Amino acid sequence: MTNSGGGDLPPPVYREMTGIPVSNATSFLSVHGLTKSFGIVQALADVTLDIRPGEVLALVGENGAGKSTLMRLIEGVFPTDGGEIRIEGKPVTFPGPRSAHDAGIRVIHQEPEIVPHMTVGENIYIGHLPKRAGVLLDARQLSRQTAKLLADFGMERDLSPDQKCEGLGPAQRQMIEIMRAVHAGGRLVAFDEPTSSLTDEEARRLFAVIRRLRADGVAVVYISHRLPEIIELADRIAVLRDGRLIDVSPATGATEDSITRQMVGRDLSEMFPAKEPHGSRVILSVQGMTTDHVSDISLDLHAGEVLGIGGLMGAGRSELAKGLFGFHRRHAGRVTLDGVALPGGDTAAAIMAGMGFAPEDRKEEALLLMQSILDNAVICIPDKVTRGGLFSKTLAQGVIGDIASQLAIKAPSLDTPVGRLSGGNQQKVVLARWLARQPKVLILDEPTRGIDVGAKSEIYALIRNLTRAGLGLIVISSEMPELIGLSDRVIVMAGGRITAEYSAEEMSEDRILRAAMPQTAKPTLPAQEAATI
Amino acid sequence: MSHAMTQTQNTRATAKDLVDRIGLHNLSLIIALAALLAIFGFIRSDVFFSTRNLLNIGMGVAILGVLAISQTTVIVSGGLDISVGSIVGLTTVATAMTIQGTESAGLGLVAGIALGAAAGLVNGLLITYGRINAVIVTLGTMAIFRGIAFILSDGQSISIFDNTFRWIGIGRVLGLPVPIWVLIIVAVAFWVFLHRSIPGRNLYAIGGNPVVARLSGMNLNAYRVSMYVLSGAVAGIAGILLAARTGSGQPISGSQGLELEAITAAFLGGCAMQGGKGTVIGALLGVAIIGVLNNGMILTAVPTFYQMLAKGTLLILAVLLAEYRLNRS
Repeated sequence: MTNSGGGDLPPPVYREMTGIPVSNATSFLSVHGLTKSFGIVQALADVTLDIRPGEVLALVGENGAGKSTLMRLIEGVFPTDGGEIRIEGKPVTFPGPRSAHDAGIRVIHQEPEIVPHMTVGENIYIGHLPKRAGVLLDARQLSRQTAKLLADFGMERDLSPDQKCEGLGPAQRQMIEIMRAVHAGGRLVAFDEPTSSLTDEEARRLFAVIRRLRADGVAVVYISHRLPEIIELADRIAVLRDGRLIDVSPATGATEDSITRQMVGRDLSEMFPAKEPHGSRVILSVQGMTTDHVSDISLDLHAGEVLGIGGLMGAGRSELAKGLFGFHRRHAGRVTLDGVALPGGDTAAAIMAGMGFAPEDRKEEALLLMQSILDNAVICIPDKVTRGGLFSKTLAQGVIGDIASQLAIKAPSLDTPVGRLSGGNQQKVVLARWLARQPKVLILDEPTRGIDVGAKSEIYALIRNLTRAGLGLIVISSEMPELIGLSDRVIVMAGGRITAEYSAEEMSEDRILRAAMPQTAKPTLPAQEAATI
Repeated sequence: MSHAMTQTQNTRATAKDLVDRIGLHNLSLIIALAALLAIFGFIRSDVFFSTRNLLNIGMGVAILGVLAISQTTVIVSGGLDISVGSIVGLTTVATAMTIQGTESAGLGLVAGIALGAAAGLVNGLLITYGRINAVIVTLGTMAIFRGIAFILSDGQSISIFDNTFRWIGIGRVLGLPVPIWVLIIVAVAFWVFLHRSIPGRNLYAIGGNPVVARLSGMNLNAYRVSMYVLSGAVAGIAGILLAARTGSGQPISGSQGLELEAITAAFLGGCAMQGGKGTVIGALLGVAIIGVLNNGMILTAVPTFYQMLAKGTLLILAVLLAEYRLNRS
């Protein structure tokens, strides 16, 4: 069955297909007491929620709060453990994604599935291609109806019906996926982090398309971490925390603060320990450091200070850390740690001098997943765990056991492979490795990424404790509240260079964002990108 | 009744402890070995378990054993050395020529080990600083070293008459042939190195995840070059054992195909293709399985061609199993 899509249809085709009256406040789909567990993890507990046609419902929550699980249940990927899904009031069960699809439920995934060597039209109408004589592709008709659809969405200048999909950017691929979803009766369209790989301008156009869907009576579910765009776009906001629905309320009047408070479950100010003054002794001094990835980096870090580094993805923050740590070769510049000059390209020298580095990608750059907590934690302290040149497990357990209990690493034993631990406990193993080394300077790259709220605040408290012991810390973070809440001073990077520096009194999201924008940036909405920093 | 229950629980706990200590993988190797022993022992009950035949098996696996252990070390560090068979051939020739020329067994030993280490250094430098894939480099040098052995010996067998040197191959200490003692010494040395020393333990990090290793302050290049030098030197020791047993230096006979068996034993023993896994005990069990299989196939008169078929199949099975284990965990 194809939609007839000729040139004679002034109203959008999908509206005709769905026949839903716009602005009907009764729900299209509702869930009642929905529950789902994976093993011992309660992913979703007793969630009741309705999703209405002609409305954008935003779903927010921290990683692991249950947003994706909720979507997967609605999409028919997993069976429910308890509770009910109803469509227009009638209970339904989805044995698989196919039946949810037939009911008009569409999810726009982060990685749209596009067949690269097929045309735009073929990709959109795949499975519903117009035919001639029963078997032949009616290419002219396909071209015509695709052109119509593209024009309808104002995409006629970005995509042409007959172009091959090879080499299309993420935004264009996403548009194809959206049009595929709506042309054949999509009544509920869910977006999962749709703007994560889009430019500002592309995001704007996506919002226009979403508003268009809403106006046509489609029920839109919008999942995103970016609070400003949620406030801009959503009609209602549903907040999930630890698998439970905390609140559903109209978006009018919601602020980033109010949403965050609900997501986190407490005031942000309680998450961060109070900042404390530090001395003026410079423990790490960097002058004019240039590597393949960063240029002309100069900074001083004081003992007892937390120096935050902000910037967009790809700004060179991790590369700055790797340059300091001697992972990258240096073309120019001096790095001095407590009076000792560190050579470039020599991680052993950096560690010897008292530098520690916990990289952003724990699984790929920090941990040996098959090996035990103990083996991972002692990797940088060979001298403390050998007797007569040979490794002594007793010595190792003595050193690491204390640190592991201080950090409250939750595991059956120190022999547990780190691959089996949760994100928070894995990060604690990395921290244990460096605490065992007793460094003078510790660089933490995204120290709380993918970690639950409880472990987060433990790590914040630990960071403050370390400064009291006189360590200098460099914390790289993409989370604005974390960056501002933790740092005594912030530097901002863009394009591999330092673009600004703010003291604790000067720093604000707004300022940091502005300094983080690439210097050639178009004059667009700084607030829009807030949550991505 | 409750007393009986505690006892069962205790027995169960001890059994579990034992399995934990031996390792599930090693346990399955021991079972496989026992099965092979039972099969061949049953078919050739007349000779299989005779002291003579068991010593035969031991002699047969001594050379393979040292190679499998050093191969395990290379694979743990994320590499592979398929030139070891050729290095063995080359060092038998060099040792025989040195003894012929100098009439000194000691110099023959030094020459064999030094030449093996030098060959390994060539491998290591090409792989580390030439940035060429280890399989390709050692495939190339496998042919090169074999070629040099042929050129040096002019394709002839070079006899060794020095009795001191021959003792290494045929002498006995406390009833055990010297080659078996050499295997024991090499095994203990490598066990301490790989499992108890810091450089050895670091190899697991280097093979498991090179980025983690570098970010933990390890100099990867130095480790990698050293591994191939070590592998070459051990191949030199294997060459000496072979020359001493046969009383000759030969460019190809006796050393051809050793790399296949050594690599098979390493993977049987629990190594992973991408490095970071493997143990000395596992390698020894792998060697024992291959040794029993070789001996049993000869005793049961399996034709040579089929023996080759069996060896190739075993390697592929061993890697398949290793990959399966990795994917499951």
